[in-house]
Amino acid sequence: MKLFAKPAHELHGLLVQKEITATELVEAHLGRIDTVEPQVQAYMTRTAEAALAEAQRVDAKVAAGEAIGPLEGIPMALKDNLCTDGIKTTCSSKMLHNFVPPYDATVVKKLKEAGAPLLGKLNMDEFAMGSSTENSHFFPTKNPWDLNCVPGGSSGGAAAAVAAGEAVFSLGSDTGGSIRQPAAFCGVVGMKPTYGAVSRYGLVAFASSLDQIGPFTRDVRDCALVMNAIAGHDPLDSTSAPVAYPDYTALLGQSIKGWKIGVPKEYMGEGLEPGVAAVIDKALQVFCDLGAEVQECTLPHTEYALPVYYLIAPAEASSNLARYDGVRYGYRAEGADDIVEMFKKTRAEGFGAEVKRRIMLGTYALSSGYYDAYYLKAQKVRTLIKQDFDQAFERFDLILSPTSPTVAFPFGSRTDNPLAMYLSDVCTLSANLAGIPGLSINGGFAGGMPVGLQLMGKAFDEPRLLQAAYAFEQETGYHRQMPQLGE
Amino acid sequence: MSLTKAEVEHVAMLARLALTDDEVAMYTTQLNAILDYAQRLEALDTSAVAPTAHVFPLHNVFRDDVVRPSMEQAKIVANAPEEEDGFFRVPRIV
Repeated sequence: MKLFAKPAHELHGLLVQKEITATELVEAHLGRIDTVEPQVQAYMTRTAEAALAEAQRVDAKVAAGEAIGPLEGIPMALKDNLCTDGIKTTCSSKMLHNFVPPYDATVVKKLKEAGAPLLGKLNMDEFAMGSSTENSHFFPTKNPWDLNCVPGGSSGGAAAAVAAGEAVFSLGSDTGGSIRQPAAFCGVVGMKPTYGAVSRYGLVAFASSLDQIGPFTRDVRDCALVMNAIAGHDPLDSTSAPVAYPDYTALLGQSIKGWKIGVPKEYMGEGLEPGVAAVIDKALQVFCDLGAEVQECTLPHTEYALPVYYLIAPAEASSNLARYDGVRYGYRAEGADDIVEMFKKTRAEGFGAEVKRRIMLGTYALSSGYYDAYYLKAQKVRTLIKQDFDQAFERFDLILSPTSPTVAFPFGSRTDNPLAMYLSDVCTLSANLAGIPGLSINGGFAGGMPVGLQLMGKAFDEPRLLQAAYAFEQETGYHRQMPQLGE
Repeated sequence: MSLTKAEVEHVAMLARLALTDDEVAMYTTQLNAILDYAQRLEALDTSAVAPTAHVFPLHNVFRDDVVRPSMEQAKIVANAPEEEDGFFRVPRIV
């Protein structure tokens, strides 16, 4: 029985039936990590001992006849920008190479309370800036489906670990597509929740008005289960939404007959690979077969999402990353005579090229004389992009598109041209700008590589996104395929 | 609107980044390419559009002003590159 290939809800059944123990489950994943990690390189830090200790606690509970929760004993891993008390949190940056947080992020606290053993921390693009995980200061993570290709980014380690069977689920963060695009490239489920649905407390900030934490899972039911564990209002995050939170599994299995699904024509045009287009066409047919009505729709300001994003996100980043000055934590350059020189040298040596590029861009966009022309203009166009979605959701239950215009690309193919790399996120940026939820599932394969299907819905409409994704998944079964690794 | 090397050096100073000459040259080229791309926003008339700083209505979040325990000092300075007697130590400021 390949325990590393099963979703959490099946493993929970096996634990409850006493067919397996939580210790066996953690050991199966540690073994899988030993086998495939030399190829995949998803982990920054491993925490095997703590995971085994947690598994023993769960086993004792089961042995005593106590009930266990749906994620109790289910091994997980976390993107290395989520603060973990006493465990190194590097953001894959030289700047934080030695940073050990003195507290847990709210999502980490919640998953600890849910009893999920932590296997370790996962590689990413430095400070979550990138679309390929090539910007990690330490090493690139490989795509488990083709080791010559990138896993996507910035949560590349989090996507690759789940795809390769190195964790049952993981958490990443998504500022412009950093959960959904790697989920698409690695053929797993990835969700960016509605802005405010998951607390950002303890997430190392990149662009505060766009960042959201969300799950990577093997199937849609697991995504709902992890959302049940991490969503909710948190007084420690002032942008956390004080609303009633649903049971995210509640609508799974219900029919989507009669739903109206919009396919934005702007997402199906230039730059879309023919293989991806073919998968999307086939997926649309599946939704028709499920009784939904699929129609072309328009989000007219889509072409402006990329320039808006690349002004707003770097502007917010330049402000958030001002804190890395070599005083309170992280890297400090040697040999500076005064404090300003120490700041400048520390930041020059501690940050990589992409992070510096965005700090420069953001600082310029916010600087005196240019604020109105760039930052304010971008915020105004952000309003127009949000209005596009408001209007579309008056007519449609959900919007369906590719997650990325291409499948995973080879290493080095886009590193010389920042704009070409940014185009990888062209289908995902708008959901962050509008604050709405976006879910990527495996929509099929093109040339042996997984193609992501993105479902976007109204704010706080995650249960219905999951309902539609579940219906598709049950009908097609693409999610059951795993890459051939270490066999 | 084209960014000069001198402006890039000024921005680097504002951002507290020591850049090499090669980096200044590279960022001048790359930032100009990105800003050229951003120029397409000029095609939109936004004179009557309100800016979105935040997607949902934001309100001030208040709590009662009560004394609560803070994190202990030793834990806070544990990550400092240099500390002395529970304080952060830095190079000469004035």
